[in-house]
Amino acid sequence: MAATETLTIGKALNNGLRRAMEDDAKVVLLGEDIGKLGGVFRITDGLQKDFGEQRVIDTPLAEAGIVGTAVGLAIRGYRPICEIQFDGFVYPAYDQIVCQVAKMHYRSQGKVKIPMVIRIPFGGGIGAVEHHSESPEAYFAHTAGLKVVACSNPNDAYWMIQEAIASDDPIVFFEPKRRYWEKGEVDTSASRAPLHSAQVLRAGTDATIVAYGPMVRTSLDAAIAAEEDGRSLEVIDLRSLSPLDMAPVYESVRKTGRLVVVHEAPSNIGLCADNAAPVTEKCFYSLEAPVLRVTGFDTPYPASRVEEEFLPDLDRVLDAVDRSFGF
Amino acid sequence: MAKRKIAPSLAGGGDAAPEPEMVQLLTPEGDRVDHPEYTVDFTDEQYRDLYQDLVVVRRLDAESTALQRQGELGIWASLLGQEAAQVGSGRALRPQDMAFPTYREHGVLYCRGIDPIMPLSLFRGVDQGGWDPNEFKFNMYTIVIGAQTLHATGYAMGVTMDGKVGTDDGEAVIAYFGDGATSQGDVNEAFIWSSVFNAPMVFFCQNNQYAISEPLERQTRVPLYQRAAGFGFPGIRVDGNDVLATYAVTRSALDHARHGQGPTLIEAYTYRMGAHTTSDDPTRYRIASEVDAWQAKDPIKRLRAFLTKQKIADDTFFDEVDEKARLDAVDLRERVLSMPDPKPTEFFDHVYPNGSPLVDEQRETFSRYLETFAGEAH
Repeated sequence: MAATETLTIGKALNNGLRRAMEDDAKVVLLGEDIGKLGGVFRITDGLQKDFGEQRVIDTPLAEAGIVGTAVGLAIRGYRPICEIQFDGFVYPAYDQIVCQVAKMHYRSQGKVKIPMVIRIPFGGGIGAVEHHSESPEAYFAHTAGLKVVACSNPNDAYWMIQEAIASDDPIVFFEPKRRYWEKGEVDTSASRAPLHSAQVLRAGTDATIVAYGPMVRTSLDAAIAAEEDGRSLEVIDLRSLSPLDMAPVYESVRKTGRLVVVHEAPSNIGLCADNAAPVTEKCFYSLEAPVLRVTGFDTPYPASRVEEEFLPDLDRVLDAVDRSFGF
Repeated sequence: MAKRKIAPSLAGGGDAAPEPEMVQLLTPEGDRVDHPEYTVDFTDEQYRDLYQDLVVVRRLDAESTALQRQGELGIWASLLGQEAAQVGSGRALRPQDMAFPTYREHGVLYCRGIDPIMPLSLFRGVDQGGWDPNEFKFNMYTIVIGAQTLHATGYAMGVTMDGKVGTDDGEAVIAYFGDGATSQGDVNEAFIWSSVFNAPMVFFCQNNQYAISEPLERQTRVPLYQRAAGFGFPGIRVDGNDVLATYAVTRSALDHARHGQGPTLIEAYTYRMGAHTTSDDPTRYRIASEVDAWQAKDPIKRLRAFLTKQKIADDTFFDEVDEKARLDAVDLRERVLSMPDPKPTEFFDHVYPNGSPLVDEQRETFSRYLETFAGEAH
């Protein structure tokens, strides 16, 4: 029986974490300000009160320490979930993530599992200062041994966080911080899709839009606007950035013949490129136009008063759709 | 038995700098000295066992260096000169204790009762050195400098969370690292975390005076053990070429940790007699007289002198130990030479516990590609 609730993405994550902690006593949370404060975005609100200071650990202010000690906890048999406070603060932990978290299973020939989730609020649009609005997902998707996912809506937030925690793979879990407060229906009775699957969120026939994280909402809005212009856009939420689930994308492109890929991260060596290349390989004879990219620019993330110009928006997505039809 | 005061000795002569103050129970000349806090109470047999450990560990290390020179290992990180630091601390571990090594802790590995062949596949290039840390209570070798100190600290936090501290059979965790690693952020973060979470940790720093070519002066302006004070736990320096003192100090720190008394930093003052690895050339950055001075403080020579003076062992015993070490080395060599190379497509294995369609696809494509060469001579 379906049980649905209307929740924000933030609250859905909170509920998902709570349920994972109830289900498995080995699940522990580590991060800065995640205890009494409940995290700077309140994603862990109330968890320390209910699960205690041993399971919701306010750590010293050191990201390499958060991830490095979580590796040790995992070797000890725990399932650690690390909260990185902001995207731009993950880099001190980069060595531990890339050299240790990603490689321990490989190094040990399968004898050591690091069932760790590294939660990172990512992306811009909140009017923040430097280092608080970045999209570093490509760094991690490039690293073998890590799996990388991004949720875009409350239902996925609720289920994907639980599935990530239950997975024995180390997972970098990106949360669309500017969407934390957006509400949606959450079906708490059953997950609708496997963790590492892309999902068609809106069916269409004329062009395919692929996005993930915060750009999914933007793409869905663009599809609604395009409909008024008489264009039917199919919107696919990648959800899993590594590995990519390309089958739904191929299927869609074979139908529409046009693909626009959208993300906030800069274009150079980004996820867009890694969608374009295999689509060109697998759907070459179906394509009516080159695969087009709508991304942030190849600059550092700018000052917040101009971030709305930097970030892809509905108009830039529609502009790319127009250009696709112009070929 | 000749007894001496605790005063810092000026052993070695030559170009040796005056030895710093440190816990010593056995002088370079093989004389037993007392310390107000630390002592050992070994039977004659235990003394002889320690000697055998030192000799076997050195012999296996020499064999591995030779295997590298003959092209059978890709690289080797020798522990020559550091046998006492490793055997003393390794023998101090209780069965339930967990060790997090660097890539040089072959002596600790041996003292854990682990087959010394285990890390050789890593150095031969057959695999990445994969074993189950929990099976051996000995983590995989870690190559990134200092990274394992955080793993050890997290593991130790888990020990506390499991309620396994505070009793005689509590668990302690030891992290090995070198003088160079003390400059790493990870190591300093591990100090902080262990301190604030009161983790059952022993930080065992083998100060072998060099980080590849860089001398200690490039890492620190204070004695390394004194850094512990700033982090809020005890630090102590021990003569790392003295197996008895190293054992006593490490055993005490481990027991301290297992009883819930928190971390300790041990600086084992020693010297890397050989190269950093077989790829290194230490003649470019240090003088022979310095090496000679440390040669006079050799950890094996001093224990042998002690055993002889105390009539705990005689030449027959020493010869037997040499013969055992030789046979162990022969066995190690034969098993290294017979290690099979992995199959080419094995590098696709174990990337993820749950697998990956991307890796699966690449394995399949590459296998088909390789099959196109079937029958051709390579």
